Amino acid sequence: MPKINSSAEFAALRKEVLSSRDPNRPCIAVCTGSGCLALGAANLVTALKDEIQAQGLESRIEVRETGCPGFCERGPLIVVYPDETCYLKVQPADAKEVIASVLEKTVIDRLLYVDPVTGERVVHEMDIPFYQNQLRLLIGNNIKLDPTSIEDYLAIGGYAALEKALCQMKPEQVVGLVKESGLRGRGGGGFPSGNKWEFTRNAPDPVKYVVVNADEGDPGAFMDRALLEGSPHAVLEGLIIGAYAIGAHEGFLYVRQEYPLAVENITLAIKTAEEYGFLGKNILGSGFDFIVEVAQGAGAFVCGEETALIRSLEGKAGEPKPRPPFPAVRGLWDKPTNINNVETWANIPLIINKGPAAFASVGTAGSKGTKIFSLVGKVKNTGLVEVPMGITLRDIVYKIGGGIPGDKRFKAVQTGGPAGGCMPESLLDMEVDFDQLTKAGSMMGSGGMIVLDEETCMVDFARFFLAFLADESCGKCVPCREGIQQMLTILTDITQGKGKKGDLDLLLQLTEVSGASLCALGKGAPNPVMSTLKHFRDEYEAHIEGKCPAFTCKELFSFYIEPEKCQACTNCGRKCPAGAIEGGKNLIHVVDQAKCTKCGACLEACPPRFGAVTRIPGKAVPAPLPEDARTIVRGNK
Amino acid sequence: MSELVLQIDGREVTAQEGATILEAAESVGISIPTLCHHHKLEPYGGCRVCSVEVEANGRTVVVAACTYPAEKNVVVRTKTEKLDRIRKALVEMMMAHAPDSEKLVELAEEYGADKDRFKRNQSFCIHCGLCVRYCNEVKKKNALGFIDRGAKKRICFIPEIAAKECWQCKECFPLCPTSALQAAFVLNEAITTPSSAEHSCSCGHGAGK
Amino acid sequence: MDIGRIDQIIDKHGCKASSLIQILINIQSENHWLPKEVLERVSERLAVPMNQIQHITTFYKSFSLVPKGRHEVHVCMGTACHVRGAQRVLDTVEELTGIKPGETDVDLKFSLETVNCIGCCALGPVMVVDGEYHGNLAAGQLEDVLKNYE
Repeated sequence: MPKINSSAEFAALRKEVLSSRDPNRPCIAVCTGSGCLALGAANLVTALKDEIQAQGLESRIEVRETGCPGFCERGPLIVVYPDETCYLKVQPADAKEVIASVLEKTVIDRLLYVDPVTGERVVHEMDIPFYQNQLRLLIGNNIKLDPTSIEDYLAIGGYAALEKALCQMKPEQVVGLVKESGLRGRGGGGFPSGNKWEFTRNAPDPVKYVVVNADEGDPGAFMDRALLEGSPHAVLEGLIIGAYAIGAHEGFLYVRQEYPLAVENITLAIKTAEEYGFLGKNILGSGFDFIVEVAQGAGAFVCGEETALIRSLEGKAGEPKPRPPFPAVRGLWDKPTNINNVETWANIPLIINKGPAAFASVGTAGSKGTKIFSLVGKVKNTGLVEVPMGITLRDIVYKIGGGIPGDKRFKAVQTGGPAGGCMPESLLDMEVDFDQLTKAGSMMGSGGMIVLDEETCMVDFARFFLAFLADESCGKCVPCREGIQQMLTILTDITQGKGKKGDLDLLLQLTEVSGASLCALGKGAPNPVMSTLKHFRDEYEAHIEGKCPAFTCKELFSFYIEPEKCQACTNCGRKCPAGAIEGGKNLIHVVDQAKCTKCGACLEACPPRFGAVTRIPGKAVPAPLPEDARTIVRGNK
Repeated sequence: MSELVLQIDGREVTAQEGATILEAAESVGISIPTLCHHHKLEPYGGCRVCSVEVEANGRTVVVAACTYPAEKNVVVRTKTEKLDRIRKALVEMMMAHAPDSEKLVELAEEYGADKDRFKRNQSFCIHCGLCVRYCNEVKKKNALGFIDRGAKKRICFIPEIAAKECWQCKECFPLCPTSALQAAFVLNEAITTPSSAEHSCSCGHGAGK
Repeated sequence: MDIGRIDQIIDKHGCKASSLIQILINIQSENHWLPKEVLERVSERLAVPMNQIQHITTFYKSFSLVPKGRHEVHVCMGTACHVRGAQRVLDTVEELTGIKPGETDVDLKFSLETVNCIGCCALGPVMVVDGEYHGNLAAGQLEDVLKNYE
C-alpha cells in the first residue's frame, strides 16, 4: 500500500475502498471478542469457513471476524448482512444451516432472539430490546468491522476526522472543539478532557507525550477491552488527533496484560496505520510527526492511576507520585503528559466528525455524550451497553438488562469499581451521569455496573472490595496500607460472626483517615464501606447479632431439613461431601451442624417438590427429632 | 527563583518557588510532625503524619506538607481537630507494628494515641523507607530495597551487596524509627552465613525458601 | 534459559532501563518464571540495581520467582464472578489441587492463581486453565474439568 501524502490522496483512497465493496454481498459477521471466543466462537468461524469452502462459495459469502457488539450473555453471536439478521448462541453445528439460509434468503427461527414477555421472535439486531434501548455511537461499529482490516474502518468513514483535524484545522481549534463538546474523562475522574489537553498544550516544555490508559483494572469492567479489540483504529485516530492538538510527537498505549487480543489488535493497527501514513513522519502531508508504542502492564491495579501508570511506563514499580505537579506539567520522564482513557480517546473522532454541538446534544447538563457500561452480576442480559448520559438506572437494569434472573429480588447496583458505591432500589430512578452518581455516594468510575440481588450479602460485598484494595494497594502510605487493612480486619470479623458492638463506629472513624492518603486508591477505599453502611446498615447489625440474612457468610447461617417436608429420598445425604447428613431409607434426614461445611449441595439436591432443605439465618436451628421419632409412616392413600 | 506568599496558621509566610509547605513552615518556626522526612532525601510522603489542610479556590484538602508545594495565596492550617484525629489514627496504626518505638511513643503522647487500639502485628517496620532511600540516594549502594506491595510490603537486603558493603557503613541504623531495620539486617546475615550465626529462630526464612 | 536468548530479548527492547518491565514480561512469558541468574543478567545489562528489580518482580502480580506447574489454573475473582459464587469454585479447586493461590504443587502439575476479572462476566464464575476458558462453573464440575490435565 503506498503511503497517503495529502488530503486528495486520502479522498481517492476512500473512494477506491468504497467502490471495491458491494453492500449487497452477503456477509456473516461473527463476534470474536474475548467473551464469544471463550464461548467457542473460533470453532464457529472455522465451521462457517469450511462450509463455504466445501460449497465453493468464497466469492459469494464473506465471513467477517469482528469485535464485541455487547450481548455477551447470548454468545457466540452472529449478524448476517445485508439484512442484519441476528442469531444468538450459534454453534459450529449450525454452520451448514446458516450458509443455506444466506443463500436462500431465509431466516432460521430457532436462532433468533425470543422476547421473554411476548414470546415473539426478533429478526434484526437493532430490534432486540437489549440493543433497542441503547445509543451505540462507539461500540455499535464493532460488529461492522474486522478489527484487523484498516479498509473496513476506512469504509465506515475512518480517519476522516484525522484528515479534517490535521489538514483543515489548527491545533488550538481542535482543543477548542473538544472543550466545547463538554467531553469528560471516561476513566473515572470525569475531568473535562479539553481543559486537560489545554494544560498540557500550554506547558512550556516543547517535548510532550500522550498516553492511552488501557489498564482497565476494575473487576467486572471490560468496555475498554471491547473498544481496543473491536475498534482499535478509532482509539488510535483519537490519539493521533489529540497528539496533534496537544503538540506531542510520541505516544504510548498502556494495556493491561490480561488482554492479549487487545494488545495484538492494537499493535497490528499501529503497524497498518504507519504503512498508510496515518502515523509516522509528515502525516497526510500535514507536516505533523507522531509515533506510538505499546507497553503492557504487569498486573497491578494501582497502575490505572495516572502517576502510577507513568512510573510503570518508566520501568519502575507503580507507586503513585504526589500531585501537584500534575502530569500535564511534569509527567512521563518529567515532560508534560496527557493521559486519557480508551473510551475518551475513542470519542474524539466522533466530536471532530459530527461537531461538538451534535456530541453535546446527547446527555445531561454536566455530562455529555454516551457512556459504555459493563452490565454484569445478577442480571439477565450480561454484556456491554452504551447509553446516553442521563438514562435511569432502572432503564439500564430492566429495559436493557432484562431484570433479575430467577424470580429473585433486586437489591442494589454497584458502580465505580472497587472504590465506588452501591445504590439501593430507592435510587433506581436516578439519572446516571457523573454528578448524580457522585451525589449518590458512588461514582462513574470507568463504567462497571454490577447488579446485586437478594442473595448478595452487602457486608461480604464490602469485605470483597476491601480485600481487593488491600491486595492492590501499593503500600507506600500509611493511611492506605494500614487503614484498608484495619477496615478489612473489622469487616472480616463481622462476616465471621466475631463482630462487636462498637465496630460500626470504628469503621466510620477509619474512613476519615483514608482522606490523608497519597492517591485516589487510598482516598476512595472507604466508599464501599460507607455506601453499604448508609443503605444497608440493618445487614451489618444482623451480622453483629450473628445472622447473615443473605445466607452468604458461612458462620452466620445454617442448613436445616424441615422434618414435616422430608420424604427420605436420600438425595441430600448422597450429595453431601462432608457426610454431615444423617438419615436412611424411610428416615427423616437431619443435618449434623458440627460437620456441615455450608457448601449448599444438599439444597441443590433436594427436589423442589419437597423443598425440605432450607437455610436459617444464625446458628440456632430447631432441635432435631429424637432418633426414634424419625421414621416416616407413609399412609395407604 | 521567585518568591511567593502564602498563609500558614494565620501568618503570612514568604517562600521560594519550589519549596514545600513543610519547608515554608519550618522557615518561620512552625513545626509540623514528621516521620519519613529527612533533609538529605527526596520528599517521600509515606507516613502522612505531616498532613495539613490546604484551602485554595474554596476547597479544603488534606495533603502531605513534605511533598506539597507552597503555592501563591493558599491558606494552610497545620493544627485542626480533624488533623489531630488523623495523626492520632496514623500513629495508632503504626504502633500496632512498633508499639515501643521512641519516636511513635512521643507522637502518641502528643496526640493522645492509644497503642492498643488496633490489633497487634509486631512486624516493627512502618515503611518510612528511610533506610532504603538513604542507601540508594545518599550512599548509592542499593544494598536494600522494598519487596511486594500493600500490606505484604517489606524491606529486604540484597545479600550479595549487604555482605560487601554494610558492615563498615551501617549509617542507616540510626535512621530507623523502630528496630525493624536491625532485625532485617541480622536476618540477612543469618541467611548469608548460616554456619556462623547458628541461626535458630523459628521464622522459617532460613530453610529452603 | 540461556544467556544468549536473554540478551536477544534485552536488545529487542533497546536495552533501556525504561524497558525493564517489558523485558521481564517477555522473559516471563517465554520461560514462565524469572530465575535469579536471569535477573542478574538483566540488572547488569540495563544498569538497574538488583534492589529495584527485586521490588518490581514482587510488586507486579504477573511475575513469578519460582518455577510454575505444567498447567496454570486461573480462577477469576472479579466482582461479577464473586457474586455468582467464585469463592466456592476457588475453595473447591484448592481442595482438589491441594494448593493455595500463588502456589505450585510438588509434582509441578498445577499452579494456582486468582485473577481480578478477565472480562468474561457473562460466563461467571470462570476458570481459565492454560488459556482455555471454563465458564458457568459449579463446584461439582471442577473435578471433571481438572481431570483432563496431566
